[in-house]
Amino acid sequence: MQAIIQRFNYLFKSTKGLILVAIAMIGLETALFGMLSGPMAEFGVRDFVVRVFKMDLVQAEREGRIIILYHSIAMAVVAIETYMITGLLKMKEFYKTAIRVLITVGYLFAMIFGMGFAYWGHNWAFHGLFISGLSLIFFAGVLLTIALWPWDKNYYQPDRAFARTKKGVDMERAAFFAAALTTVISALFGAIPGSYFGNGFEAFLAENIIRYPEKTAMQYSVIGHLHIMLALIAIMITLIIGRWLNFKGILHKIAMPLMILGTVVLNLGVWGVVTPLEPVAHMVIYVGASPAMLGALMLVIFGWDKFIREGVVSIKKPDFFQKLAALFRDPLKFGPLWQMVFMNFTVSGVGILMAVKLDDIFRLWPAREERIELTGHWHVLSAIIATIILLYYGDMLGLKGKVRKLYGWAIIVLSDIAFASVTIFEMKRLFIPEATQQPLVNTLMFLMDFGLGMLLVILAMVMVWRLLDLFKKKGRWTEEVDHELSAEVQQ
Amino acid sequence: MKRINGMSLRGAFFATTAKRASGKQSPFRGGLLRAITLAMTLLILTSCRQVPGGGAPVDLNAPIYVYETGVDYNTWVTIPTGPFYHGQEAELENIDHDYEIMVTDVTVAQYLGFLVEAIAPGAIKVEGDQVVGFYPGDEFHGVKHEIEIPLGDYVFIPLNDPSSRITYDGSKFQINFDYANHPMTDVSWFGAWGYCQYYGWRLPTELEWEKAARGSGDDRPFPWGYDIARNNANFYASRDPFEDMSSFGSRTTPVGFYNGNAYDGYGTLDSASPYGLYDMAGNVWQWTGDVYEGMHYRFMRGGSKDTYDMDLRIWVRNNATPTYYSPGVGFRCARGGQ
Repeated sequence: MQAIIQRFNYLFKSTKGLILVAIAMIGLETALFGMLSGPMAEFGVRDFVVRVFKMDLVQAEREGRIIILYHSIAMAVVAIETYMITGLLKMKEFYKTAIRVLITVGYLFAMIFGMGFAYWGHNWAFHGLFISGLSLIFFAGVLLTIALWPWDKNYYQPDRAFARTKKGVDMERAAFFAAALTTVISALFGAIPGSYFGNGFEAFLAENIIRYPEKTAMQYSVIGHLHIMLALIAIMITLIIGRWLNFKGILHKIAMPLMILGTVVLNLGVWGVVTPLEPVAHMVIYVGASPAMLGALMLVIFGWDKFIREGVVSIKKPDFFQKLAALFRDPLKFGPLWQMVFMNFTVSGVGILMAVKLDDIFRLWPAREERIELTGHWHVLSAIIATIILLYYGDMLGLKGKVRKLYGWAIIVLSDIAFASVTIFEMKRLFIPEATQQPLVNTLMFLMDFGLGMLLVILAMVMVWRLLDLFKKKGRWTEEVDHELSAEVQQ
Repeated sequence: MKRINGMSLRGAFFATTAKRASGKQSPFRGGLLRAITLAMTLLILTSCRQVPGGGAPVDLNAPIYVYETGVDYNTWVTIPTGPFYHGQEAELENIDHDYEIMVTDVTVAQYLGFLVEAIAPGAIKVEGDQVVGFYPGDEFHGVKHEIEIPLGDYVFIPLNDPSSRITYDGSKFQINFDYANHPMTDVSWFGAWGYCQYYGWRLPTELEWEKAARGSGDDRPFPWGYDIARNNANFYASRDPFEDMSSFGSRTTPVGFYNGNAYDGYGTLDSASPYGLYDMAGNVWQWTGDVYEGMHYRFMRGGSKDTYDMDLRIWVRNNATPTYYSPGVGFRCARGGQ
């Protein structure tokens, strides 16, 4: 019994244990439900999975199922970020415990009962528990916002190397606070129309109504919600990676105000879509996104400069290639920042091109083509965030030597092959006609499946290793029970 | 029935996929760098091969099976006035008039007949590489993203598109007769509208189309019922005899193909709608006639040979500019009732 309690305490009370459980849950869900889509349906895998697991897939409920699927995965990602924030930043123990309890129960309820409701018939008790789970996560968010209050003197930043106000308010904490606060408000931005449409049991995917000139405020709210939540998850992971890498110095002082400004303006723009300001809301969103992305750029410059300096410290006059080698030395540290850069090619770049050439190119294509671009770019953004988490998690695991390099580079290379393929797939109509596209589509689909499939295999190997480790009396888990992320910040 | 091409399409697809997936050497044997190089080379080579003029990897005129389906594409069916279940949420909607609608999509042969007939009185004309015809224009409201469509001549069909089924040699139109009973594709909304208009007919409204597909008895997602099998309709990777996913991908099937008959051992399910219409799901998207205020887009229904089964659900909409044409878009006409 004691053995079970010890392992339970590791999995549900320690930061690394909680993160492990959430990653395992996402991995399981992705592996199972990924078999229902696209290429898996082509090969007949979907029919097999539906039969074996006795799923109840009503055609008219597909959109509703997908919405619950997205939410259940997103909630686990939000939980992981919350564990990281509560492990990295100072806060009262009561808040830390309460936040973690609420969000853990919340995402597990949302995932288990939400998916149960969506894919195995409509058990309305499950739906109630799904909503309860989401509500618990919301309350955890409220508590996190309170816990991050940056004007508490206990959390003032005494070190002048970091961004701070004249009085000493920690600007980085303020950036976390701004992101947490706006996340909670933006959650309502989805919850209210969710209740509205849910009450009439109507479900729609935003990408399917994008061309309609007249949209209701509730429809705008849904579109705004999904965009801003993903953007905020991205902003939060940027701040987390910054804290892990001990982001500081002049770039930190420039970046943090930019992150705060970007977060607030971005949110104001999104909330503005349901107000009379709707015609200019997009412009406000662009204005908000720019400083946030600049802030991330500062982090990338800081991080890469740091890796190079650390890597060539023993060389008197390092040449270009030695510096490059130093930069690539540790994929787990290089990777998260590289993925942020890569995102500009696969997400931001695509988005900007679409915005600039929308009526000239993209809206000359049928709506179904535009849908591919819309869904493709945000799937890539979500997956990039997931890979950043996995890279950071690799460091948390204490991977060393060749395993560390192999794990890190495999995640970077495999995911980037897949993301690049998705991007080419989205944009294929620019350079190939519909009638002759099939061989290219086959190749791209193969690369996507290969990249993401192998990524899942690596994740599965890590999870099996961690599972087996739990059976050991003195396994790695015993070392991780008391480790806190704040103690592992890179110096 | 005549079988022209005896290749095993499904076998070819899997053979190609397996060959790509396995290769002669494991991509990981030589390290990650080799895997990246292999993957990127594969992508670049395949992409380059497909650039028009950069080789001939996809034969758009590859031989096809020629089948008579037994469904007469000159027949119409009457849809009676009354309510039906509309949309994904199956809300009761009333259509207060009887109307007739074609049992199948307009075929290549029918469209050829129209071109031959309409060019003499000047209802259409050949301009450059296009057949164009007159359209009286739409009311313009200046809504964001709305493009004005004034009266004038607009493209009906292209004559230079490699996947076009109709060619023009300077004096007469010609078709590949293997495709005679296939749906007319590569036709713009104007071309569909012009065809129906010429004979005194019209394109069905979205509601009319939907009722014709669903019937008025229940909330079925597909014209034939609640579930979809690969031999219910022509959709992406449905493994019909006209498909080769390693080369040209999916091609159209003759209209009325999914009528319960077997073709050289390929058995189909009778997939008519409750009113007896064929191809109301899959094969080609079908233009509908509604012109909505503040929007120049025209709407299509039914999904196509190039879409997954989810797009074959009755309520799914697609839209494009009225000048858009594609090897996956066709139409059928309606008459009466308005």
